Amino acid sequence: MSAASSTDPVPNRIHARPVPRPGRWIAAAIVVVLAAMAVHALVTNPKFAWDTVGLYLRDVTVIRGVGWTLILTVGSMLIGIVLAVVLAIMRRSDNPVLRSVAWFYIWLFRGTPIWTQLVFWGLISVLYPTLSLGIPFGPEFVTFETQTVITAFWAALLGLGLNEAAYLAEIVRAGLGSVDKGQEEAARALGMKESTILRRIVIPQAMRVIVPPTGNETISMLKTTSLVSAVPFTLDLTFATNAIGNRIFEPIPLLIVSAFWYLLITSVLMVGQYYLERYYGRGTGESKPRGRGPRTPRLGRQAAIKASGTAKDDPFLEVTP
Amino acid sequence: MSPTPASSAPMVEVREAHKMFGDLHVLKGVDLTVRPGEVCVVLGPSGSGKSTLLRCLNELEVLTGGSVRIEGELLGYREDASGTLHRLHPTAIAKQRSRIGMVFQRFHLFPHMTALENVVEAQVQVLKRSKAQARAKAVELLERVGLSDRMDHYPAQLSGGQQQRVAIARALAMDPEIMLFDEPTSALDPELVGEVLAVMKDLAARGMTMVVVTHEIGFAREVADHVVFMDEGVVVEEGPASQVIDAPTHERTKDFLAHVL
Repeated sequence: MSAASSTDPVPNRIHARPVPRPGRWIAAAIVVVLAAMAVHALVTNPKFAWDTVGLYLRDVTVIRGVGWTLILTVGSMLIGIVLAVVLAIMRRSDNPVLRSVAWFYIWLFRGTPIWTQLVFWGLISVLYPTLSLGIPFGPEFVTFETQTVITAFWAALLGLGLNEAAYLAEIVRAGLGSVDKGQEEAARALGMKESTILRRIVIPQAMRVIVPPTGNETISMLKTTSLVSAVPFTLDLTFATNAIGNRIFEPIPLLIVSAFWYLLITSVLMVGQYYLERYYGRGTGESKPRGRGPRTPRLGRQAAIKASGTAKDDPFLEVTP
Repeated sequence: MSPTPASSAPMVEVREAHKMFGDLHVLKGVDLTVRPGEVCVVLGPSGSGKSTLLRCLNELEVLTGGSVRIEGELLGYREDASGTLHRLHPTAIAKQRSRIGMVFQRFHLFPHMTALENVVEAQVQVLKRSKAQARAKAVELLERVGLSDRMDHYPAQLSGGQQQRVAIARALAMDPEIMLFDEPTSALDPELVGEVLAVMKDLAARGMTMVVVTHEIGFAREVADHVVFMDEGVVVEEGPASQVIDAPTHERTKDFLAHVL
């Protein structure tokens, strides 16, 4: 708004001096100097070998490692999400057997280190040399050699996915629990079946609580895949860059190569998360009515979630292995 | 409103209804009869069991004892030749519920859907109407409740009165035989009560059978064919509005009316 003009609707507009805050300038100056020192130290130290970093950034083995890391991240999150929804629904069930089995699963897989679980999945063929399909405790129809079915890749994928399911199950459960009971009642009063209520009414509303921590989990999973050497699976980004680094006796530039790729993928995931959150936040802002496709500012959405008082604010929900 | 002839078969018939919540005895043998086209208003202080009674009429609460019949059909159970009750499958109960419209105190619109989508949803999911058919019906009903310019708004963008009118349209879209209203104006700002009551009056004038739990004595006097006063889980007094509201015979009814009028 224009201040000094005869059209000002506020005739006695206040023109006061702001409170002097020299501390802000001093603090900003200190931080800028520290940041400049850090950048200088990075760029000028020859031990970082930036030319080697540039050389290996697009190395075939490294790019292949990026591919495997992405496959492991996406695959294990898919396994995790599907299983987590099943576990969360089991935990809400009337059936005490289903409830306790889900509880036990979450207890076991959250309560042991991911490293231990990955080593275990790698050793599965030692524990059970053959797998078979048949009647429980009865005759077997088909028998496989475990080694040929559960390869290092599948062991890594299973290990990561089954572990992730335990964490995601709690997130999904909190999400389902965050939906107002009145929603289910209103849907029931309209004659909807329980499965329809879950699919059309409860889950879409739970998503705005589920998506943000799940995005967080995906970013976390990207980096957890670096532990698959425990299986051992040897094609992912971290293993590839470590192997090159050890071979050419220059571990540090190769660490930077892998850090660069993890950061790049994380940044892409963050963009995707932003759009997902915006989609599932529809109907909770004060934005204009939609034409086609929802658009809701995030601030309004967060305010609405807080105002509804339905979202659980559990700091332990986002803890990752 | 002229009272419906007493000869017509009851739309709702509640017999000896008892409801326990743990050790809490909320309904202690309630009888209620509502005839087709009748507007029945249930009055009573908080905790008198009136909302519980209403929720039992569409199985949102399950009776501990007694029975509810809608158009002669037993709600929630099948009775075999020997008189033994068999609990109905949830799908069958859902089907019974789809014939009974309900409007809640706090609206309970689906917040992730626009007003139009709220009215369309159950028509498509439950009645298996085509999207186009459901949409046409929804547009017609939203126009009827005066919201033709708010169809693409989300519930958060509507006032309380507008939300409640969408909720009424959502229930009407199922072509219910009876409409239940659970304190439909209690959560509204005073200046918004009138627009909801106007929609309800219009509905009554069109001959809809209605059971209304409310504190709006004016509405009861004007629209109700039948007023029921409940206290402590029993029906204390019932009859036409002119009798129960203007000439109550029981102390408790007089006491309650003195407080709310």
